[in-house]
Amino acid sequence: MADKHIDDVSGVETTGHEWDGIRELNNPLPRWWLWTFYATIVWAIGYMVVYPAIPLVTDATKGVLGYSSRAELASEMVGAKAAQGSMLEKISTSSLQEILADPQMTQFATAAGAAAFKVNCVQCHGSGAAGGAGYPNLNDDDWLWGGDIDQIHQTIAHGIRSVDDPDTRASEMPAYGEILQPQEIRQVAAYVVSLTGKPRDAAMIEPGKQLFADNCAACHGENAKGNREFGAPNLADAIWLKAQGEAGIAQQVRQPKHGMMPGWQVRLGDTTVKQLAVYIHALGGGE
Amino acid sequence: MPIETARPDPSDQSKPENHETGSGQPAQPLYASRKKIFPKRAEGRFRQFKWLVMAITLGIYYLTPWIRWDRGPYAPDQAVLLDLANRRFYVFFIEIWPQEFFFVAGLLVMAGFGLFLVTSAVGRAWCGYTCPQTVWVDLFLVIERFVEGDRNARMKLDAGPWTLDKIGKRLVKHAIWLVIAVATGGAWIFYFADAPTLAFDFITGQAAFIAYSTVAILTATTYVLGGLMREQVCIYMCPWPRIQGAMLDDSSLVVTYNDWRGEPRGKHVKKTAAASVPVGDCVDCNACVAVCPMGIDIRDGQQLECITCALCIDACDSVMDKIGHERGLIAYATLNEYESNMALATDNGRTSVDPSRVRTPEGAFSDKVRHFNWRIILRPRTLVYVGVWSAVGLGLLVALLSRDRLELNVLHDRNPQYVLESDGSIRNGYTIRLLNMIPERRTILLSLQGLTKAEMKIPSISADYSDRVFAIPVEPDKATTIKVFVTLPKAALSDARDGLRFIAEDPASHERDIYKASFNSPGAN
Repeated sequence: MADKHIDDVSGVETTGHEWDGIRELNNPLPRWWLWTFYATIVWAIGYMVVYPAIPLVTDATKGVLGYSSRAELASEMVGAKAAQGSMLEKISTSSLQEILADPQMTQFATAAGAAAFKVNCVQCHGSGAAGGAGYPNLNDDDWLWGGDIDQIHQTIAHGIRSVDDPDTRASEMPAYGEILQPQEIRQVAAYVVSLTGKPRDAAMIEPGKQLFADNCAACHGENAKGNREFGAPNLADAIWLKAQGEAGIAQQVRQPKHGMMPGWQVRLGDTTVKQLAVYIHALGGGE
Repeated sequence: MPIETARPDPSDQSKPENHETGSGQPAQPLYASRKKIFPKRAEGRFRQFKWLVMAITLGIYYLTPWIRWDRGPYAPDQAVLLDLANRRFYVFFIEIWPQEFFFVAGLLVMAGFGLFLVTSAVGRAWCGYTCPQTVWVDLFLVIERFVEGDRNARMKLDAGPWTLDKIGKRLVKHAIWLVIAVATGGAWIFYFADAPTLAFDFITGQAAFIAYSTVAILTATTYVLGGLMREQVCIYMCPWPRIQGAMLDDSSLVVTYNDWRGEPRGKHVKKTAAASVPVGDCVDCNACVAVCPMGIDIRDGQQLECITCALCIDACDSVMDKIGHERGLIAYATLNEYESNMALATDNGRTSVDPSRVRTPEGAFSDKVRHFNWRIILRPRTLVYVGVWSAVGLGLLVALLSRDRLELNVLHDRNPQYVLESDGSIRNGYTIRLLNMIPERRTILLSLQGLTKAEMKIPSISADYSDRVFAIPVEPDKATTIKVFVTLPKAALSDARDGLRFIAEDPASHERDIYKASFNSPGAN
């Protein structure tokens, strides 16, 4: 097949093949190219000695440098932790007010709080902190126990009705199913609904108002605006946590449901709880 | 003019690298050693021009980072600075943010079309005059000549034994080359950081590792490519000689040996002429070969290795001057002229070259000889290149002059989409970025348009104050991010669907940017 053929123009031998009259010159490679090729082989051998290279049955050769990507990640994590160190230190020794007064600390705490929220809080409050049926929305301006930074911090640190935390916030609304007659409960529910501006039968509202003043105002207040001392919700606003509609309100009066939130101080530590408080405060409803 | 590939040196045939064919005959060598090239110093118009280009290009490269440019206290005072860490490019009065990188892309498009234009008009001028490889090889050759002497002295030194003198000269040459290489690598890093600061840090060992490694790599490439590899970079590594074939046409100027007046060449012109044998102008003095930095003989025709540095033109012109012939035996010529003149000299290929056909009996060129006409440069191809080049340039200029230095970006909260407040109103959250793209402090008025009942709250400015206009102080040359809450009262919720506009305005310069945003509510979705 390979017939010797010298190209007329260049005087160079061809590869000896011909395709439709086209022949390929068989020019020699430059010798430095050969040395480059040998250099890559030497490099490859060196690489195999220095880095993990040859797969074995359950493992691979380690290489004399002892490099592993896992160790590299670990050292980067240590570096990242060290970089956060001074800021964490500053936050742990500062009061909440001092943190809010310092834009740099606020920014750091908000970001760290958001991360902690994603791990510990989204299960109940949702990833956007918008809550759900029975779980409060943390974005709005309606706070059961207070919406300033200290109150938020207290709530996160010790929880609500958290059984094993002596400092927890605790209050319970009595079950009025055992105290009031069913008709009276319906009257109270009608009155409460009317507070939000929805028209109701005056025959129901009037006795309901009296019943409310006698039984409910002690905690929820005369105007039903609630009382944060006891976590008694504002009943005269647009936001409903446990009850939806008149039947729901009646049911809540008859047999109230109470939310429960664990205290996080012990589990997360004070610095993280502070960061969570700053994050929640910055969601838009903070006072 | 055949485009030829590198020829092996016949002397290589004797080297024992031959592989055996089946018949036992030695075949071609598989590898060819480099032919050593000792370019002679050339003198003439093109050499002068190349000195000038070298001075300008090297001057620009080494000195640009040291030019200062006052931009006020909030931006660096280096005229050309590619600040990768802070993602800002500064070029004299122009500052480029990352999203404006299209200006750089546009410049690259212009550079591409500029290269097409130059190549189609005057051949591989880029290769011959301005390519960094050419410029640095030229510079390294200056050093080589300074230390070891010109062509003949260098050949003698190279062939001679390793005496102390030879070792000394080689050491000095490579030492100077390395100094230039370090200076070249060193100059590069000054484009990426404040030059005086970096120079001090670099010398005192305080600069970043990347600075030292970059200098080391560029020192190595400059020394190896410019000092050791030289013409092999152009022949074997660079893709440009392969691409250029598509840019050249038969009206492009290329360095050409005009065999129609040079052949038959001969060393003993007077003797041959006396024997009334036709002689051409070429006296076969090899001056063109001696000066060639690529080690080729231009008389073999246009070839891949030729970078059109035109030094052979200078060498030949000086010989022609000496022997009293017209200059231009080797000259910039187009393929059209060359072929027309060749046809004239060979009687349309019927005979070999006869110099008497192109000359009158008196010895002057005949009227039929075609000479270069500058108008050939203005042809559709080059005009299209000029047109595209200018259009891109004009577009960039308009974009540059009309670009915004104040920009507003608005990102609506995704989760939650809206928040119901206790009074029944609906609140939407937005993350707003104000891009202050000048190095001055400014106060930007952020206002709402549309949803006339809605009000803004910006907690970072005031926790309990609502309004429709806020004055926001922004940092110089930075993007300021703020959280904005817009609340729409219950009574106005039916308007929510209309959406709203955020307007950022600099009351001093009246620059403004408008961003149309949506307002989400339970009814609007």
